[in-house]
Amino acid sequence: MIPEPAIDRLTAMFRTPDLTGTRYEIISTLGRGGMGVVYLARDTALDREVALKIFDRPPGEANEARIIARLEHPGIVPVHDLGELPDGRLFYAMKRVRGDRLDRWMAAGRDITERLAVFLRVCEAVAFAHAHGVVHRDLKPENVMVGEFGEVLVLDWGVAATDATADCGMRIAEPGLVVGTPEYMAPEQARGDAVVDLRADVFALGAMLADITRGVAPLVAVARKAQAEDAAHRYQSVPALAVEVNRYLAGLAVEAHREPFADRIARVVRRNRVAIALVLTYLLVRVLLIWLFRV
Amino acid sequence: MSAFPVTRHSMMAAIRSDRDDVRRSAFEALVTAYWKPVFKYVRLKWHASPDDAADLTQGFFLRAFEKDFFASFDPAKARFRTYLRTCLDGFVANTRKADARLKRGGGVTLVRLDFDEAERELRYQAANAIHDFDAYFHREWLRGLFAAAAARLREACEARGRAERFTLFESYDLAGEETARPTYAELARRHNLSSIDVTNELAAARREFRRFVLEALREQCATDEEFDAELRGLTG
Repeated sequence: MIPEPAIDRLTAMFRTPDLTGTRYEIISTLGRGGMGVVYLARDTALDREVALKIFDRPPGEANEARIIARLEHPGIVPVHDLGELPDGRLFYAMKRVRGDRLDRWMAAGRDITERLAVFLRVCEAVAFAHAHGVVHRDLKPENVMVGEFGEVLVLDWGVAATDATADCGMRIAEPGLVVGTPEYMAPEQARGDAVVDLRADVFALGAMLADITRGVAPLVAVARKAQAEDAAHRYQSVPALAVEVNRYLAGLAVEAHREPFADRIARVVRRNRVAIALVLTYLLVRVLLIWLFRV
Repeated sequence: MSAFPVTRHSMMAAIRSDRDDVRRSAFEALVTAYWKPVFKYVRLKWHASPDDAADLTQGFFLRAFEKDFFASFDPAKARFRTYLRTCLDGFVANTRKADARLKRGGGVTLVRLDFDEAERELRYQAANAIHDFDAYFHREWLRGLFAAAAARLREACEARGRAERFTLFESYDLAGEETARPTYAELARRHNLSSIDVTNELAAARREFRRFVLEALREQCATDEEFDAELRGLTG
């Protein structure tokens, strides 16, 4: 019989990766992402802390590191190194991001403008990935970090898929394979359809927008359109979605929302309040002067 | 060489086979993996005497084989371990209700089960300290998984003329209390090796052991998703 202390020892052996022969030392566990565990580690060669992702299964998972490595963007965490552990599992080292996950960051009572600014930064990073033929497929607030200095980084590209023809019409086809997180997963992705493209990310961003903007009617309509059941009825790209959010921030009407007349008037007044105030002042002064000099 | 196990024909898939011989040998593999956790669980949770627990364990697996209990397992709904334990609880409850004591083995034996050994193991465990039977069943399953991988490692080392590698692994990693565990230097002296050799041999044994654990785990899982979930449980 395997004795009790040996079971604990063997379990710990599974949980703590053997980094012999690498330049890293584990400091602590940061969390579990898609397909593996992320550790806080020290890079002994450069004497700096890094986030080290170690995959549960070895073959093919270098994919994630290679995907990220080719996406050089301020909104995508950079990869420093890729390697193999003595037990055959692959790992990659990436920049350690200090900050908060978006869901926790939002829980700290941020106003809508701040939240939308972060959302638009996420859109920029995702649109950049799309332009390079990469679909994230697991966008959610838990996979976005808001750094100490306001930087916004999209993490966990573990289930991302690529397509050689990087254009807006790309299709990522893996029939029957269901990856992602249910609350943020596009219907075609949940069904494991053969055709899942960048509009699956548009859906997830719509779900994130819905989290961010509860109760703001125009943005609720934008989120709803982004989450349309049929991908053909969604925004056809992330920039198209971002344009709508930017229009809202600029005080303009958004396409997805049919505004009641009173709301439109209120919005126009809000947007042009200085000009309207000037005109009204001018008219008031004219009326006053006419009244004073009526004889 | 990749340390990842080559996908073998999963025992869970084979258990649904139309071919009797395939189904039977998959079932035997399943019994081998689970009989000890089942026996100990019945002894402790159901307060069965050693003889009763042995009867119930044999009876459970025989009934499962005859009635194809496990063929209807749906990996999308639960882990196999949870499913098996639910079936087991139902079986024990019904058997007791009917007060139908089974004849040991029921005249048919699938796999020779050494209940005396399991009973001896049970004596070493602090049985009265067990409150969480889910966790207990999981731990016993894990013990079985590690034992199966250790047996494969021993076999592989011996087949390659590297029996010493397994002996080192057994002395160091499979040892009981920390106080009973030799140091690398002691192992080196005992086996007339350098400390570096001991380090390298142990690292190689652990790599292989890991591969065999994953291989055994893969065989017990019906789908990739179930395997991933089990792996996440194991790697934390």
